[in-house]
Amino acid sequence: MTMLEIKNLHATVDGKEILKGLSLKVNEGEVHAIMGPNGSGKSTLSKVLAGHPDYEVTSGEVNFEVNLRMRNVLDMSPEDRARNGIFLAYQYPVEIPGVPNSVFLRAAFNAVCKYQGAKEVSEEAFAPVLKEKCKLLGMDEKFIDREVNVAFSGGEKKRNEILQMAIIQPRLAFLDETDSGLDVDSLRIVSDGVNKLRRKDNAVVLVTHYQRILNYIVPDFVHVLYQGKIIKSGGKELALEIEEKGYDWILKDLAH
Amino acid sequence: MAEIVKESLTDREYKYGFETQIETEFFPKGLSEDIVNLIADKRNDPPFVREFRIKAYRHWLTLKEPTWADVSYAPVDFQEIRYYSAPKSKKGGEGPKSLDEIDPELLETFNKLGIPLSEQKRLTGVAIDAVFDSVSVGTTHQEELAAAGVIFCSLTEAIQNHPEIVEKYLGSVVPYKDNYYAALNSAVFTDGSFVFIPKGVRCPLDLSTYFRINARETGQFERTLIVAEEGSYVSYLEGCTAPMRDENQLHAAVVELVALEKAEIKYSTVQNWYAGDKEGKGGIYNFVTKRGICQGAHSKISWTQVETGSAITWKYPSVILKGDHSAGEFYSVALTNNKMQADTGTKMIHIGKNTSSRIISKGISCDDSRNTYRGQVKIFPSAENARNFSQCDSMLVGDRCTANTHPYLEVKNDSAIVEHEATTSKISADQIFYMKSRGIDEEGAVSLLLHGFCKDVFKTLPLEFSVEAVKLLEMKLEGSVG
Repeated sequence: MTMLEIKNLHATVDGKEILKGLSLKVNEGEVHAIMGPNGSGKSTLSKVLAGHPDYEVTSGEVNFEVNLRMRNVLDMSPEDRARNGIFLAYQYPVEIPGVPNSVFLRAAFNAVCKYQGAKEVSEEAFAPVLKEKCKLLGMDEKFIDREVNVAFSGGEKKRNEILQMAIIQPRLAFLDETDSGLDVDSLRIVSDGVNKLRRKDNAVVLVTHYQRILNYIVPDFVHVLYQGKIIKSGGKELALEIEEKGYDWILKDLAH
Repeated sequence: MAEIVKESLTDREYKYGFETQIETEFFPKGLSEDIVNLIADKRNDPPFVREFRIKAYRHWLTLKEPTWADVSYAPVDFQEIRYYSAPKSKKGGEGPKSLDEIDPELLETFNKLGIPLSEQKRLTGVAIDAVFDSVSVGTTHQEELAAAGVIFCSLTEAIQNHPEIVEKYLGSVVPYKDNYYAALNSAVFTDGSFVFIPKGVRCPLDLSTYFRINARETGQFERTLIVAEEGSYVSYLEGCTAPMRDENQLHAAVVELVALEKAEIKYSTVQNWYAGDKEGKGGIYNFVTKRGICQGAHSKISWTQVETGSAITWKYPSVILKGDHSAGEFYSVALTNNKMQADTGTKMIHIGKNTSSRIISKGISCDDSRNTYRGQVKIFPSAENARNFSQCDSMLVGDRCTANTHPYLEVKNDSAIVEHEATTSKISADQIFYMKSRGIDEEGAVSLLLHGFCKDVFKTLPLEFSVEAVKLLEMKLEGSVG
């Protein structure tokens, strides 16, 4: 069943068009990888999907399935997108001084609960959930008490994004270069974490430069994004081909 | 990345900006020795108070308005201000004898401000003295306090009923010669609160004074005196509001605290005077001298302030640590938005041995405002083993505001340990967006950031105050963060 459908999406930032007719369809249970050279629009796509105010959608559609109905994502506030199950793991997670991770995570969890009409959880009830998720992801419990992303290493920040994902349990996780800057061990921990959170009714979109992470999180589809459009789609072998030969051959193929 | 600064909500949301229509008795505008005498006549001052006023007035005439604070404003015309304004009592010259005699219009005013005074509705656990313009209109829970030996009344009543205590302590911590506004206040002060906690008594209720400026063109010059005898404890709260007006109004108060041996005074303020509109028109000039003395050994004075209002704030609640092993604390959150200017901080004067002080100051500046921390830590040669820790943090919202920190340290004893930390951070649209993309709305995001930044101060506020203070700050901040 279709979960996300992007149709002919055009978007600008600072008046410059970055996405130029991007289309993408993601079904429940699938893993998609989006690859592409620098400046092709990968990060713009993730920001547009999350609803960042600096990015303007000039035309096209983004629809997301909520309770069996396709809904226009572009009409939703960033917080409502999150509450409806869209999650962006940031390439550069933001530091929030003074706010402990535990407080932040509970606020996020409760925001979703409240939106869906469920009862909000108390600090006491939430603590064991947090501990359990840390354990599941092989993370130190000390994460919980630290201020959000403050003085975290690059790898810790990325792991913290996955911890948030584990708490919020989104239906669509959009991971923006979550693998970049990670050493081998961190990459494995983060990938294991994502794999453990996969279910039949959720989906993952990985935006990446490297094939490496796809050894751990195996994609069903690989897409090549170039100059704001998806110019080629294929199976997981496409990623291996790109790793080996770069992007030039795809562009040459297109020229023919 | 572009900061999105929305139109500030302050103008709409100053919910205390109403004016009470009540028959008022007031003096003609202007200040002279005659006016000072008239105030003394009106209040039936005993000779020692009248003398104090006259000396202060004559001294004030020799002083110049201070200009060292990092604030700018058109000079105050002291002849354009009324120095006495009071709601007319229904029963002629006398003020209300009991709470039942208070004008219903006044009761309603305080109800609207969330300060119910009447017997049935009053807040539990807090005794309140309500000051309206120049006079106290009523004090709750007096019998209950009297049973514990605590005196809590207006300064006017204290001068009449307990002149020996007032004479002993009035001007003992803030002498009339202290500074320009203290001299002015000493000359023309009209009312304020008086607290006396006898030896060994732990005050059974939190005490609170609510200051309301209502009359036009009137200055409020209240004076508060708190004396805690040996081994006693009191927690005192103060709140303030004023109507929205286009002209500026002057508020020049003096607060004196005296803590004897092993006594503890906890003084908390939530200041929300009208701050002017977003162009900076109108608002209160809040020029206040607050000081406490830890007179006896092992005494403690703790100031907590949440400053959210006033067009201009000039205020440095201080502690003189005279008794050995005495401790002083200053916890402050000062938020400025629109065109507000605040120059606030503290002075910790270490005289006794083994004295300690702690300063936690959090400044939040938004829009075009100016927010300055100014603090002094002074260690006298006599202050063996003095300790001070200061932490001054500034948070900037938007890119047009300014924040300054001026810590002055003067250490005259080698055994002292003085630490100072300072940070500056910025609330960015990126932080807000990050939180939104986790499902937290703007209100929640601002609240999380605010709590994170101010938690060391909030936790020192009495519960009944902290909820209100946090709400107030959130509301003011929300309009400024994009």
